[in-house]
Amino acid sequence: MIQIILIAIFSLLAQLILPWWSLAVVAFGVCFWRSPGAGRAFFYGFAGIMLVWVAYALLIHVRTDGVFTGRMSSLLFKTNNEAILILVTGILGGLVGGLSGLSGFFVRQITGTQMANRTLRRS
Amino acid sequence: MRYTKAIISTLLTCLLVWALNRSWGGIPAFGQLLSPFVGFWQNAETIIDADEEVTVHGTKSPVTVIIDDQAVPHVFAQNDHDLYFAQGYLTARDRLWQMEFQTHAAAGRVSEIVGDRALELDRFNRHLGMGYGAEQTLKGMQADPTTRDALDAYTAGVNAWIGQLTPAHYPIEYKLLGYAPEPWTPLKCALLLKQMSSTLAGGADDLLMTNILRRYGATVTANLFPDYPTREDPIIPPGTKWEFKPLPIPSAPKDSALSGLIALSAPGFGTPPNRANPEIGSNNWAVGPQKSATGYPILANDPHLTLSLPSIWYQIQLVSPTVNVYGASLPGAPNVIIGFNKDVAWGVTNVGADVLDFYAIRFQDDSRRKYWHDNQWKAVNRRIETIRVKGKPDVIDTVYYTHHGPLVYEAGAKPFRASIPTGYAARWIAHEPSNEMRCFYYLNRAKNFADYRKALAYYVAPAQNFIFADNKKDIAISPNGRFPLKWKDQGKFLLDGTNPATDWHGFIPADQNPIVKNPPRGFVSSANQFSTDPTYPYYINWQFAPYERGRRINQRLAAMQRATTDSLRQLQNDTYNLRAADALPTLLSMLSEKSLNQEQRKVLQSLRQWKRNNDAGEVGPTIFTEWNAQLMKAIWADEFDTGDTLPMRFPSFDRTLTLMQRDSGARWFDNVKTPAREHLPDLLAQSFQSTCDTLIKKHGPVGSNWAWGPHKSTDIRHLLPGVDAFSVLDLDVGGGNVIVNATNERTGPSWRMVVALGEQPKAFGVYPGGQSGNPGSPYYQNTIETWKKGQLNELLYLQSAQDKHPRVKRRILLK
Repeated sequence: MIQIILIAIFSLLAQLILPWWSLAVVAFGVCFWRSPGAGRAFFYGFAGIMLVWVAYALLIHVRTDGVFTGRMSSLLFKTNNEAILILVTGILGGLVGGLSGLSGFFVRQITGTQMANRTLRRS
Repeated sequence: MRYTKAIISTLLTCLLVWALNRSWGGIPAFGQLLSPFVGFWQNAETIIDADEEVTVHGTKSPVTVIIDDQAVPHVFAQNDHDLYFAQGYLTARDRLWQMEFQTHAAAGRVSEIVGDRALELDRFNRHLGMGYGAEQTLKGMQADPTTRDALDAYTAGVNAWIGQLTPAHYPIEYKLLGYAPEPWTPLKCALLLKQMSSTLAGGADDLLMTNILRRYGATVTANLFPDYPTREDPIIPPGTKWEFKPLPIPSAPKDSALSGLIALSAPGFGTPPNRANPEIGSNNWAVGPQKSATGYPILANDPHLTLSLPSIWYQIQLVSPTVNVYGASLPGAPNVIIGFNKDVAWGVTNVGADVLDFYAIRFQDDSRRKYWHDNQWKAVNRRIETIRVKGKPDVIDTVYYTHHGPLVYEAGAKPFRASIPTGYAARWIAHEPSNEMRCFYYLNRAKNFADYRKALAYYVAPAQNFIFADNKKDIAISPNGRFPLKWKDQGKFLLDGTNPATDWHGFIPADQNPIVKNPPRGFVSSANQFSTDPTYPYYINWQFAPYERGRRINQRLAAMQRATTDSLRQLQNDTYNLRAADALPTLLSMLSEKSLNQEQRKVLQSLRQWKRNNDAGEVGPTIFTEWNAQLMKAIWADEFDTGDTLPMRFPSFDRTLTLMQRDSGARWFDNVKTPAREHLPDLLAQSFQSTCDTLIKKHGPVGSNWAWGPHKSTDIRHLLPGVDAFSVLDLDVGGGNVIVNATNERTGPSWRMVVALGEQPKAFGVYPGGQSGNPGSPYYQNTIETWKKGQLNELLYLQSAQDKHPRVKRRILLK
């Protein structure tokens, strides 16, 4: 669970100054650092990013009385449903985060194996 | 296996990020767009109450900006440079995308943003010489140090705003279309003016009238398209003296109208003509001291344009040691365009002068290097236009300029607007060097009638009926602009470009433009009708907007006593249908009830009971409007709508009504497409029956579901076609075409203002939209409801930056 929190915190900080896709690097990095399995890695990335995106979107939505959420929802999805737009925002961010986390895990597996091999050879 | 998984998942991630980070045709870059950190979420705004201090580079001293509860900025600057700097900065802050998009459109640069679907529009604007005209105007504005400095300061202000913008804070339209704002330039201010000229003085019936002349000859043409209507109430009251010695009028070449033209082959067209929009017009009026309750003049203005969002106008108060003015400005231009100061108020409506003419060009050969004029071959100037197209290679286009102007379409080309002839050069007032900005600079600072006259002399195009009132108790109106000196009807038809006698012969001197001051009737007014009666020595145009709005306004003002701002506000919302009142007695007397079935008789009953007002809940206007349209078609389409082969137009409603009243046996009432000989009563019955059928099919049996408001259904649309989510659709409002409250389906009062002069002015105004151009702002469309109800907001006219007023929300300090 620590991964979700780390992804959330670091991706938030990264996105404040870097392009939006910096979140992918963070999710990748955290899952590279530590993740028990492929499914978990995806979940950490997905949940960590979705958490940040949904929370921030919700914050803006509430603070601005949803003045723009409905309008954008009808522009993009032809429906004046604010929840859908917040959900889609979260899922989209989550998807990128999840895939990045998954990649982090898989790449770790290769390099991790190599490191293990190296350790083996040295001994 | 491990490698495969790692590679595939990493590639997939990169691919997804890449795909979400770019736009696909019309589909925006979704990753950026949905990100709460940089996407549309960042455009959502809330009402701010806190004061603000902003560091900007480019002001000489600190500027205090007071924001009121309608989000209108009141700028208090210590010098004019800072004043226009702040105007540019604040306008960009609220309207950046709109100001850039409109000037891109004028410059023929929309393809850069939306791709080749705008290519023909861009090509048209470039061939009409919009860019060329803007360059001429820029020269005029830069030749005068005062306007040059204001222009430079405004430009610096806009760029100060753009300079500190990060992509996260780009207006939403940039994010949707995937581009970025570019630096503002003084040329863009000139382009904006050309865009107004194109809207208000870019219509031409020359080709359609020439086709009619070819088909029916000079007698019929003069009879059906007369140079002065039957019913009219011109802007300058008949009997007003012309206090000047007119210049000699150039004489028409003997064969001016026909011989040269018959030889020119009639071009074929695939699309219906797109002419000047007759629904675009405006009202203004001012009552003098003897008619007002306070003893001081009261002035009202409502310019009718295509209703759009972001709002066309931007309210602002500009205060410096030289000026304290409040009013509506155009985003992209310094100064206030329609407004008031402590001493005077002014407003504008469009004149509709004939300032766009077409000259047939005879080139020496296909190289188009020389053209024939005044018995010699003259050199053609070429202007290379490079149109950048999003996602496609640049399009290089050559435009050929003669001394008349640019060749809008080469012979044989397929024109963008079918009313533009091919093989003709456009002589257009908007190509003249000019400095309209000087006019507004002076009007903003005017103190009396003399200042108003001085300001008007600088104004060239699009010609406007400038109305004026001051606290010295003067009222005045002047159809004003630079009018070409022409023989009567010069430019009613296409012109021969080889004969110097058909050229424009200079201009009417500015001080001989029509004007009236303090007329005995106690009020002045305009509604785009004829500028003057036929006694004015010069020719301005052979047709103007229909008479109804003007006459109705004058009827009500003539009867008005002890007028207040509220009486003028009510007049702005007048929905009396004078056309129906004038026409229905004739139409109904000749309509035989026997020819109608039960249902149709019910419709007729509703029409008879109707009180001739276009209120939203009435059924009458729905029936009358539809019947009127069908009747016009029934009378004229057989002779004047031959489809694509020879584009023509119908005679005016005024001429048609006169024909019905005085010559009901005329041959035009026969439908030449049937073997039988129809008479007017046949057409009346047929068109009434088909009106009923159309409306029953659309709304069911006659009743409240035929109500005018929903039937007309007024839309206020975002400037980008098809973006319904940023538009306000299906407004239930009354009014209509030729009604004083000129709210149509897509056009209407884009700003309503009423100003009572006095010791201190008291002013009211509203536009259908709001101060902000951001659809994510609470001020994007907050005033539409007020506008819809016909109400106005009081305009907060502050005296100093220290004024304590309950409507003051917050202060911004620019330093």
